[in-house]
Amino acid sequence: MSVALTREVKSALNKVSQAFDALGDFALFSFSSLSTIIKKPTVGTMIPICFRVGVQSVPVVSITGMFIGMVMAIQVYSQFQSLGLATQLGQIINVSVIKELGPVLAATMLAGRIGSSMSAELATMKVTEQVDALICLGINPLHYLVLPRVLACVLLIPILTILANFMGVFGGSMVCTEIFKVDPYHYWQNSRGHIQIWDLAIGLIKPIFFGAAIALISCHRGMNSRAGAEGVGKAATSAFVWSFMSILVLDFFLSLFFNNLHQFLWPDNSIKSFGPK
Amino acid sequence: MDSQPSQPNFLALQNACIGFNGVAILRDITFDIPKGQTLVVIGESGCGKTVLLKLLIHLLGTTSGKVLFDGQDWNTLDEKRVNEQRLRFGFLFQGAALFDSLNVFDNVAFGLRAHSRCREDEIEKLVLKRINEVGLKESVLGKKPAELSGGMKKRIGLARALILNPEVMLYDEPTTGLDPIMTDVINELILQTRKNSPVTSIVVTHEMRTVTKVADRVIMFYPLSRLNQKEPQKIFDGTTDELFKSQDQRVQQFINGEAKERTQESENHLNTDEPI
Repeated sequence: MSVALTREVKSALNKVSQAFDALGDFALFSFSSLSTIIKKPTVGTMIPICFRVGVQSVPVVSITGMFIGMVMAIQVYSQFQSLGLATQLGQIINVSVIKELGPVLAATMLAGRIGSSMSAELATMKVTEQVDALICLGINPLHYLVLPRVLACVLLIPILTILANFMGVFGGSMVCTEIFKVDPYHYWQNSRGHIQIWDLAIGLIKPIFFGAAIALISCHRGMNSRAGAEGVGKAATSAFVWSFMSILVLDFFLSLFFNNLHQFLWPDNSIKSFGPK
Repeated sequence: MDSQPSQPNFLALQNACIGFNGVAILRDITFDIPKGQTLVVIGESGCGKTVLLKLLIHLLGTTSGKVLFDGQDWNTLDEKRVNEQRLRFGFLFQGAALFDSLNVFDNVAFGLRAHSRCREDEIEKLVLKRINEVGLKESVLGKKPAELSGGMKKRIGLARALILNPEVMLYDEPTTGLDPIMTDVINELILQTRKNSPVTSIVVTHEMRTVTKVADRVIMFYPLSRLNQKEPQKIFDGTTDELFKSQDQRVQQFINGEAKERTQESENHLNTDEPI
C-alpha cells in the first residue's frame, strides 16, 4: 500500500473515531443534563426562557404556518381543479399540515430562532468565563443553564405546533375559499373524515422529540464552543445545521415507528405501515 | 507586608502537571500556600498563571500530580464534596464574568440565593453592605453589566465573590485593562478584603504595582515553551524584596519590562510545543 493511501486511510479512520467521540460526548452531555431534573429548576429561571421560546416565537410560527398553508393551496389547486376535485383540497392541505408540515415547520422555526440564539448565548457565557463563575458559586451549569432550556422547548413546542397547524389550515382555507372560490361547505366537509385523533396526537408527540433534540444539540454546541467571535459564530451555525438535520432524521424514524405502531394496534385500519416486515 | 499566622499546606500543589491538546502548560509544579498568606503569581502571558488558579479551585484537573486543599486531594472528592469545598473560595475573574442577563443586585445576591436561607430583606442588606465595601453606591444595583465600566465590573465581581465569606480569594489579573487610579483602587480593595477577614489570597498579575502593594510572597513562572526539559518552570519563590534583588536575568527582564531578544520571538523559542 502506498504511503499516500495509508495516510488517507488513517485520516478517514481518524475522522470516524472523532465522529464517535463527538456522538459519545453528546450522549453523555444529554444524559448528564436530563439527570439534573431530580432537582427541579426554579420558576425564576424558567419564566424568562419560556417567554423567549414560547411567546416570542408566536409571530414567526404563525406567519410561516399561514404561508405554508397558502402556498400549498396554490400549488395543489391547479392539479385538483383539472381533475374536478377542487372540493377535496381541504383534505390534502389539512392532512399535510397537521401530520407533517406543522410539526416540522414549528420545529425548524424553533431551531432557527431559539436554537442558534441559545447556542450563541451559552457559547458567549463559556468564552467570558460566566460558566466557570457559576461553577465557582456551587451551581451545576447543566442544571441552571441547560435543563430549563430543554424543558421550555419540550413543553412549549407542542403549543407552537398547534399554532402552526391552525394557521396553516386557516391560510389554506382562505386561499381556497376566498381566492379560488371553492365551496366552503364541501371544503370543510371533505376534510373532516380524513383527520383522526391519532394523526393529531402523533403530530403533537413528534415535536416533543424535536424540541428535546433542538435544545440539547444547541446547548451542547454552545457549551463546547471554542474561544473568540469565530467560535461563537460556529457554535450558532452548527447548532442550527445539526438541529435541522436531527429534525428531519427524527421525523423519518418517528413516522416509521408510529405508522407501524398504528398498524400493530389497529391492523384493520387503512393506514399502511412500511419498512421491514 | 507581615505574614499572618499560618497553617502549612492549606493549599498545596504536588508535582502538578496539566496540558491541553497534547501541549504541556504547567509541569511538575510543587509549592504550599499557608493559610492567611497573600501570594502573588507573576509571569509572562501563556506561562499558565490562570490555569494555576483554575487548578486550585478544581475548575481544571491535573493530568498528573495532586492539588490539595485543606489537606484533601481534589481528585479524591465526590461531586457534592467538590461543590462544598468550592464554596470556600471566591474567584474574581479577569473580565469579572458577571452574568449578562442579571442586574448588579442579582449578580451579587446570586450566591446567597443559591446557598443560604436568608430572607430577601436580609439578602438586600448583605448585598448593600458588600457593594458599599467595594466603594460603589446603591444606584448601580439596577444596572446590567453591559452598562458598567471595566473598573465597576471588577468591583462588582469582587463583591459577588466575597458575598459568601470565602476563606480563599483567587484574583485573576484583577487590574488588567484598568487606569492607574482604578488599579490602585482594586489593590486597596484586595488589602482591605484581607484586613476585614483572614482570607488567603492568590493574585495572578502582570502589574508590578500590585506585587509591591499586596504580596507577602511572590512566585514567578516561566513559559514551558522557553524552557528545556530539565529546567524548572517556577523560576522564583520569595518575598517582594528578594524578587527585586534576584540575579536571575529572566526575573529582572520581567520586572523591568524589557523586550531584549523577544522582538525576534519565534526564533528564540527553545521548545514551542512541549508535549505532556
